[in-house]
Amino acid sequence: MINTPSVDWFALSPSLVALGAAAICLLSAVLAPRWLLRPFAAFVCALGFVGGLVMASLVYWRSPDAHLIVADAASRDRFAAVAQLIVMASGLLTVGVSYSARMREDHIGEYYALLATAVAGMAFLVQAGNLMTLFLGLEWFSVCLYILCAIEVDLVGSLEAGLKYLIIGGMGSAVLLFGSALVYGSTGELGFSEIANATRAHDLAADPILLVGLAMILAGLAFKASAAPFHMWTPDVYDGAPTPVTGFMAAATKTVALVLALRLLSVAFPEKHDLWTIAVAFLACTSLAWGNLAALVQRRVKRLLAYSSISHAGFMLIAVAAANQLGTRALLYYLIPYSAISIGAFAVVAARERELGETVTIENLAGFGWERPVLGAAMFTFMLGFAGFPLTGGFMGKFLIFSAASQRGWNWLVLVGVAATLVSLYYYLAVIRAMYMRPAAELGLAPIGGSPPREVLLTSAVVAAMIVNVGAFFAIQPLVDLTRTAAKVLPL
Amino acid sequence: MTGWLATILIFLPLGGALFVWLLPVGRLAGSFALLVALAEVGFWINALTKMDFDRTSSTPNFDQHTVWFSDLHVSYHVGFYAFSFWLAGLAVVVLAAAIAYGYWVGRDRPRAYFGLMLFLTSAVVGVFSSQDLLLFYVFFEAMMIPLYVLIGVWGGPGRLGATVKFVIYTMAGSLLMLAAVIVFGLSKNSFDLVSTGPSNSTWLFLGFAIAFAVKAPLFPLHGWLPDAYRESSPEVAAVLSGVISKAAIFGFARICVVKFPGPFDDFRNVILALAAVGLVYGSLLAFRAPDIRGVIAYSSLAQMGLITIGIFAFNIASVSGAILQSVNHGLLSATLFLLAGTIERRTSTGSLSRLGGMARGRPALATALMATGIIALAVPGSSAFAGEFLILAGVFSSGWGWAVVGAVGMVLAAMYMLRLISAVLHTKPGSAVPEAALDLRPAELGILVPLIACLLVLSAWPAGISDRVIRNSRDFPAFTKLKP
Repeated sequence: MINTPSVDWFALSPSLVALGAAAICLLSAVLAPRWLLRPFAAFVCALGFVGGLVMASLVYWRSPDAHLIVADAASRDRFAAVAQLIVMASGLLTVGVSYSARMREDHIGEYYALLATAVAGMAFLVQAGNLMTLFLGLEWFSVCLYILCAIEVDLVGSLEAGLKYLIIGGMGSAVLLFGSALVYGSTGELGFSEIANATRAHDLAADPILLVGLAMILAGLAFKASAAPFHMWTPDVYDGAPTPVTGFMAAATKTVALVLALRLLSVAFPEKHDLWTIAVAFLACTSLAWGNLAALVQRRVKRLLAYSSISHAGFMLIAVAAANQLGTRALLYYLIPYSAISIGAFAVVAARERELGETVTIENLAGFGWERPVLGAAMFTFMLGFAGFPLTGGFMGKFLIFSAASQRGWNWLVLVGVAATLVSLYYYLAVIRAMYMRPAAELGLAPIGGSPPREVLLTSAVVAAMIVNVGAFFAIQPLVDLTRTAAKVLPL
Repeated sequence: MTGWLATILIFLPLGGALFVWLLPVGRLAGSFALLVALAEVGFWINALTKMDFDRTSSTPNFDQHTVWFSDLHVSYHVGFYAFSFWLAGLAVVVLAAAIAYGYWVGRDRPRAYFGLMLFLTSAVVGVFSSQDLLLFYVFFEAMMIPLYVLIGVWGGPGRLGATVKFVIYTMAGSLLMLAAVIVFGLSKNSFDLVSTGPSNSTWLFLGFAIAFAVKAPLFPLHGWLPDAYRESSPEVAAVLSGVISKAAIFGFARICVVKFPGPFDDFRNVILALAAVGLVYGSLLAFRAPDIRGVIAYSSLAQMGLITIGIFAFNIASVSGAILQSVNHGLLSATLFLLAGTIERRTSTGSLSRLGGMARGRPALATALMATGIIALAVPGSSAFAGEFLILAGVFSSGWGWAVVGAVGMVLAAMYMLRLISAVLHTKPGSAVPEAALDLRPAELGILVPLIACLLVLSAWPAGISDRVIRNSRDFPAFTKLKP
């Protein structure tokens, strides 16, 4: 007879609600009549995310003290709850973006089921308290994303994207798993805080096996966060995957990978603090350099945004490298507008894609801002947000991140970030320039006639993202207050 | 309500912008924007009557202070010191004229256009009133957003290249400033400009100084200037040269001089030298420029050099003169750019070689250009003469060499302004000037006459401003160290 540990179902409820929604979506794929399938599956999926949002808020509210649950395998704290809120909201926006996507009818139910399952896995991952739950959560959502990338089998590049993501993502997972094994071999522990205790107790800080393990875990997480030099899958996969899925990946995958990296590094490896902050700062610098420079020459907007997401991984890694309370708050705060504008920007690309029926490039964005004023204005604020202009949350995020680095005494990292921002302006403003300043006549498109497609849900999702983006600028105090108690969970 | 005046001045145009953008006002956008801009001028005049120029407390007029973000001690802190109040007045007047001009010309896509102009007004007034470093940076950057679009969408044929140059130049400066803002604020544990003490860091000083030197612009960071001034529509060029450049003057006076007394002393002669080179070089370029806008653009470079000399000479006469001259130059270059716009509308060119003889049969145009040009070349009795004289008198105490350079600049100003006037108004009728080209229309006069009237009032009573910059040096604590 095996003793089963007591399970804190309430703490796991955000994941469970999303999983439940996934199950209903999957059933509806077989049971619901065709005409009802799309609205029903989307509605159930959205409902699941709303439920997840509610439960995550309740967990946030009811968990003023952090503690481990389910045999110390998962943690119940506000740090995870904030990340869950971001992931759930990203999922909700993605449902809005996906709804009017042209999709083969035979896998609508599966699409929403996979989306909900991926979100459930992410919500579980950010709670991870030991290396096993970490790997479990990581594979859980990764497998869903592999399929989601390849789900549009008719789309050129979708299958290829899925395959690339599968192979390279599998590689990343393997590296992470191997690293975990080495850490376990060195310390004999799986739990994050036990690893730290064992390192301290047996004076393992200089153990080469632990060191290699740490490096491999970091590399594995950098794969997921698409930080350079582990980013090579990102442009191809982002470009090939269905656009709503890309937006979701850019926002949610990055959120959980970075949040988890910060938790793991600060809880499990405080003894190696000097080492991993340098390593993360190195990752940040390479991501900033590579992402921004490569983005300069992109013509396809999805690839451009993919490189931009690499550079933003760099910005957020600055916050991780700062390794202080301000940096943690900065990371959690920045993820809020960043997730919103990522999904919003890809949603606008999706709208243009549906309108033109071809890949969106800088050239064929011409005149878009005037033709679709709401989407154009939203894209305008998204680009300003990415570039870190005032009146967007992106500005405040960068301000906080740079402040955190400066507080750590790394003013050179601030200068790197500032230089990267300057380079990034060129391509973000190129998108604005294309939308507003080039006449659509240059495009030479044959007029099809009729008004552009009305996509109420997509437009609402984009407007919501815009409100989050601009609202985060003015409401920085309440948002940072939200992250303050969450940041206290980490021993920094 | 007096306490709220600074806030009202900032947010009234922003509210107007949101109104224009969000509600389907259609073609009414222009008249609505004009109304808001005039109300803004009204509020500024109202504030002028309530402004206390003899203030002895170190807090600014209309001081308002609300915590925005307590973790890093960022606050919404606004208010006006005497010198910034005049710059704000210049801003609201010039922007009202620019909006009126845009309305008269009938810009395409009026909702976007007038919304952006109002947004720009907010940002500019915000820059001049902010008393918190991060807030200042926010407004300083926020100015770029509408300017970028205004030049890029409503500009001339070379507008795309001009915007890229403009943005890269100014953002390179201001991002360095962001790093400096953060390091300064964290080291002082507060971003408040009123309560934080000075710093001695040379690097931080340079971070700020370069940003302002690009914005002004100072030689040799003026590479963006000719393209931006030529390719933007005339009213935007008027705002750029008249108002936006003064944000740099505000920055120099409010931050570089005040917060970094040590580095200021070290770099004073460097900046004076750069400004002096800019003054002479800009004047020479203005004399050689082939078109009206080129003359005004390079004369702006020269004038900004002179004003910077006034700030960095740093005594009561020169700083008062610099602020007076800022207002003069703002009004002058705005008027000249709008006049250039009216001429280009009639002849569809600004090239001096194809213009000429426009005075005959067009008395209003001739009078307006003549009056503005004569004031701009600082004829004795004009407001520009008063401003430049104060600057030169002040800078004389720092070394007579600077004053000589300044005097040379005044002579060169006479050369390029007279060349402009004669090339446009006199000589033979130019090939591009149609016989039927009209004199200034009543609406155009309605826009230009108030600007020229402001200049004439200042000519009659320059002390109205120059006496009210440093009436009581305790008004602005930084000026307590000023030598008479």
